[in-house]
Amino acid sequence: MKQASGIVRPKGWWQTLQRLFLFAVLGLFCIYYLVPLFVMVSTSLKSLAEIREGTLLAPPRAINGEAWAKAWSTACVGVRCNGLAPYFMNSVLMVVPAVLISTFLGALNGYALTKWRFRGADMIFALMLFGAFIPFQVILLPMARTLGELGLAGTIPGLVFVHTVYGLAFTTLFFRNFFIGVSDGIVQAAQIDGAGFFGIFFRIVLPMSIPAIVVTVIWQFTQIWNDFLFGIAFTVGESNPVTVALNNVVNTSTGVKEYNVDMAAAIIAALPTLAVYVLAGAWFVRGLSAGAVKG
Amino acid sequence: MGSKLGRALERRLPLIVVSPLFAASLVFVYGFILWTVWISFTKSRVLPTYDFAGLLQYERLWSTPRWHVALSNLVIFWALFVVLCLVIGTLLAILLDQRIRIEGVIRTIYLYPMALSFVVTGTVWKWMLNPGLGLEHVMQQAGFEGFRFDWLVNPDFAIYTVVVAGVWQSSGYAMALFLAGLRSVDDELLKAAAIDGAGPLRIYLRIVLPMLRPVLMSVVIILSHLAIKSFDLVVALTGGGPGYATDMPATFMYAFAFQRSELGLAAASAVMMLMTVIAIIVPYLYSELRRR
Repeated sequence: MKQASGIVRPKGWWQTLQRLFLFAVLGLFCIYYLVPLFVMVSTSLKSLAEIREGTLLAPPRAINGEAWAKAWSTACVGVRCNGLAPYFMNSVLMVVPAVLISTFLGALNGYALTKWRFRGADMIFALMLFGAFIPFQVILLPMARTLGELGLAGTIPGLVFVHTVYGLAFTTLFFRNFFIGVSDGIVQAAQIDGAGFFGIFFRIVLPMSIPAIVVTVIWQFTQIWNDFLFGIAFTVGESNPVTVALNNVVNTSTGVKEYNVDMAAAIIAALPTLAVYVLAGAWFVRGLSAGAVKG
Repeated sequence: MGSKLGRALERRLPLIVVSPLFAASLVFVYGFILWTVWISFTKSRVLPTYDFAGLLQYERLWSTPRWHVALSNLVIFWALFVVLCLVIGTLLAILLDQRIRIEGVIRTIYLYPMALSFVVTGTVWKWMLNPGLGLEHVMQQAGFEGFRFDWLVNPDFAIYTVVVAGVWQSSGYAMALFLAGLRSVDDELLKAAAIDGAGPLRIYLRIVLPMLRPVLMSVVIILSHLAIKSFDLVVALTGGGPGYATDMPATFMYAFAFQRSELGLAAASAVMMLMTVIAIIVPYLYSELRRR
């Protein structure tokens, strides 16, 4: 970036040497981060015999898709041997409504708290924000009982509910931070023109918050898809999300350990969030720095 | 909206919209915390009872050896995880800040583990660290016949495998936050320092890094928060084992709540976790909110 701050200054061979060193270190770290991904993919494409004979870092001799087929449709998760497919669907059914609802409510809440400042708005926000930081262990027990009483225990709608409730603190935070940067004049002008609370929200505020919506949706999608704690605490067997099913596949103690199937299963579970990251990396990073407050 | 009632309603709409959401937060965050705190003061085991029993569960908790293992693991993991992520993150951020043309690509590679679930990370590292077929085997094949690497199944060292996997996943995040901080340092200041004859190393040590103190603070808080909550990674990588050698407070709480049906004890451990997080987060939030 900055001329002045560079370690490197124009000095001939010394500069070249430093530059080489710089790239060597950066390259080494690239390898460090990529090796697990490489191992995952290459192991998933090997046969069990090849895994035993060869080494971890050797690329597969031939592409063998059997492990993938097995991980997707016949691997045993506990006692059921239908592969990850049904659990992958569970995760989809969980993540779509949970992301949409929590994002929508967060937008509405952030808008009401910043553009219609009423007495106590800041206090309400501060109190709600706290929910983004609590270790969820502290709510697991009462939530398990509440879901039971609502008849939602062990169901996907139950998970959607939990993710919406505990995602709200963050989505509100995110939209509040975005709306604070939006001029109040726009809302006031619309009010003078006779637009109401919802009219302004849907026709003016929402269309201009596309960036905030994208970042929030990506963040929520990653968080909820990757969740494990709520999944393992609030679902059983058939209703497990894919992360829990993956863990069950890997830790099923009966039979031969099929490392290639484990790795294929891990990639399947990781694929949706990885795809989002590759396709929308910049937005993902913005979410990370915004979510920095959350951690 | 001509009627008086309509106008009154319209004026209160923001409050009407916020109220149910706020109420949900009051119930599901504050109410639930209170419930857990209350249960931690009772004799509850399989089913909750509501008779006050004083500090019974806390006494039981602190006299449970497994809890002490969980705590010392947390301290080890926390310290190493935070320090290693900071060192790697700072180093990579500074190196990436040297006008590298393919910076975008490299950054993408450094950061992609953050998009993965900790369960996936745990699964991969469990395989790579597998004694017999994993890295140990690779080294042996490379000619180091006597090479042993059995940390994953060695009770004294298993916790360090959690550190290895955790740092792999989160150090890129620290890098990204530091890089954002570096980019916000004023160019003019650095130019002035360079004109004054300060070398690049001195510029970094004396000017840039001190200016990154607030960023450093946030990164430490974020990483600490991740460390205290770490649950998935431990479950997927070691399952808390061998035995309970890699237990952490989060897995301890889960085991006692859902496997052993010791509600009171589980609640007490959850409250301890909450207190730890509050001790870290509240001063930070306070200073953050005051700064704005």
